[in-house]
Amino acid sequence: MSHFIDLTLGGLTIGAAIAAIALSLVLIWRATRILNFAQGGMALACAYIAYSVTNHSGSYWLGFAAAIGAGLVGGALIERSLIRLVENKPPLNAVIVTLGLLVIIQAGLGMIYSVDQHPFVFAFDFHGYKVGHTSLQFSPASLFAVLSVLAVAVGLFVVFKYTAVGLRMRSAAFAPEVSRLLGVRTNRMLTLGWALSSAVGALAAMLATPPLISPNALDNLFVFGFTAAVVGGLDSAVGAVVGGVVIGLVLNYVSGYGTPNLSTGTALGILIVVLLVRPNGLFTRATARRV
Amino acid sequence: MLEVSGLSSRYGAVRALDGVDLNIPEGSLTAVLGANGAGKTTLLRTITGLVRCAAGSIRFRGKEISRLPVEEVVRTGLAHVPEGRGVIAELTVEENLRLGALWRRGRDRTAGLKDMYELFPPLAERRHKPAETLSGGERQMLAIGRALMARPTCLLLDEPSLGLAPKIVAQLMGMLREQRDRTGLTVLLVEQNARSALSVADRGVVLNLGRVVADADAGSLSQDTTLRHAYLGF
Repeated sequence: MSHFIDLTLGGLTIGAAIAAIALSLVLIWRATRILNFAQGGMALACAYIAYSVTNHSGSYWLGFAAAIGAGLVGGALIERSLIRLVENKPPLNAVIVTLGLLVIIQAGLGMIYSVDQHPFVFAFDFHGYKVGHTSLQFSPASLFAVLSVLAVAVGLFVVFKYTAVGLRMRSAAFAPEVSRLLGVRTNRMLTLGWALSSAVGALAAMLATPPLISPNALDNLFVFGFTAAVVGGLDSAVGAVVGGVVIGLVLNYVSGYGTPNLSTGTALGILIVVLLVRPNGLFTRATARRV
Repeated sequence: MLEVSGLSSRYGAVRALDGVDLNIPEGSLTAVLGANGAGKTTLLRTITGLVRCAAGSIRFRGKEISRLPVEEVVRTGLAHVPEGRGVIAELTVEENLRLGALWRRGRDRTAGLKDMYELFPPLAERRHKPAETLSGGERQMLAIGRALMARPTCLLLDEPSLGLAPKIVAQLMGMLREQRDRTGLTVLLVEQNARSALSVADRGVVLNLGRVVADADAGSLSQDTTLRHAYLGF
């Protein structure tokens, strides 16, 4: 039983970072119907920026802030420059552009930082809390991961639900043409959506990258995050978070009771089952839109 | 107030509007009539910039608006209720209404809510319900209310009667007329349902294949049997 609780706590920690990546994918999907395959790469670039800033300044939190800031600015710039070219084009164009961007980012990071693994520190102590003589899979760093992702998810919910800019973003996502007729500057909403999404992605990278950073450090996280987003239904932010936690838990149970080697395969298995049984995901209502 | 001259627009190779001239005086209620494909919807979509005009000019209150982006047009005081109403089903009734005035500043953003709930009491009862739960007539109320939230000086309405029961259509038309009489709102009403539109309009414009074929006061249009038979179907 105690092993189960321990695995659950560990799963929550993994799930937090997966949920953040899933959330970042959903934010972009809802606004632009583009699945951003470069999300993991963009997030990793932010983590590398944190790595450089922290190494030069000696301050973890300065690096952390730089990563989130780079996410905001980078997301906005990429939307303005690259994505704008493929918006309202066939979906395949956007897929190719984001895949291309991923390759460029990973290759670029490899050229700048080398493809070797470098140490990347946690925000807080990563030694698990102790109960008696056993140390849990849950540490101060885990607590920070869970709380920060929870705070971001709640914050985004409040912004979308209760603020004017949130209402504009939702309306631009649901009905771009009508929104423009009502005076919503939908282009700005798209840029803002990409900025927010990349910042959330940067947070995920800061949580999931330690202890080692390399140009492929987040490949698995992206696959898990993608699975979580699909499980949640791509259109649902709540679904992305729940999906992320569920995937985190399942993966940790699988590696705890079975073997860690099974985790990627398990994620893909879940993806296939969900797509077969509920292709719209667990949290999206399959609605035929009536206008 | 709204002057359209020599307006042409096209969808690819198809010419949808072909040199349309219109002069809509302030406070008038004008019905734009004609068969399917006559260019009625395109006329409204071109005025608000959803379709780019190929030639001609659109002046609204003395300002050329034909090159303005769609989202800026509403800021000049011109509101457009699109065909099919454009109610955003996923948002609540109140969120839909608020969107109409969101480009305004400060208190002006929510100042109109009370008026709209008075004008359309069914919306007040459903204010926090998703708009998808509304009936067709209520959706049309919501679409018009949302457009009025912006306090426009000119309202463009595209087929408000579409899919509504005759009794509801009569109520809507009466409400439009009353709104015009009370606030001096200029209304440009595109309608397939010529009879009900002419019953409230002061003036009618008939389009055929993208050209204006008649432009006269509503009374004389309803009397003109030849025109009625040829273009209006009643």
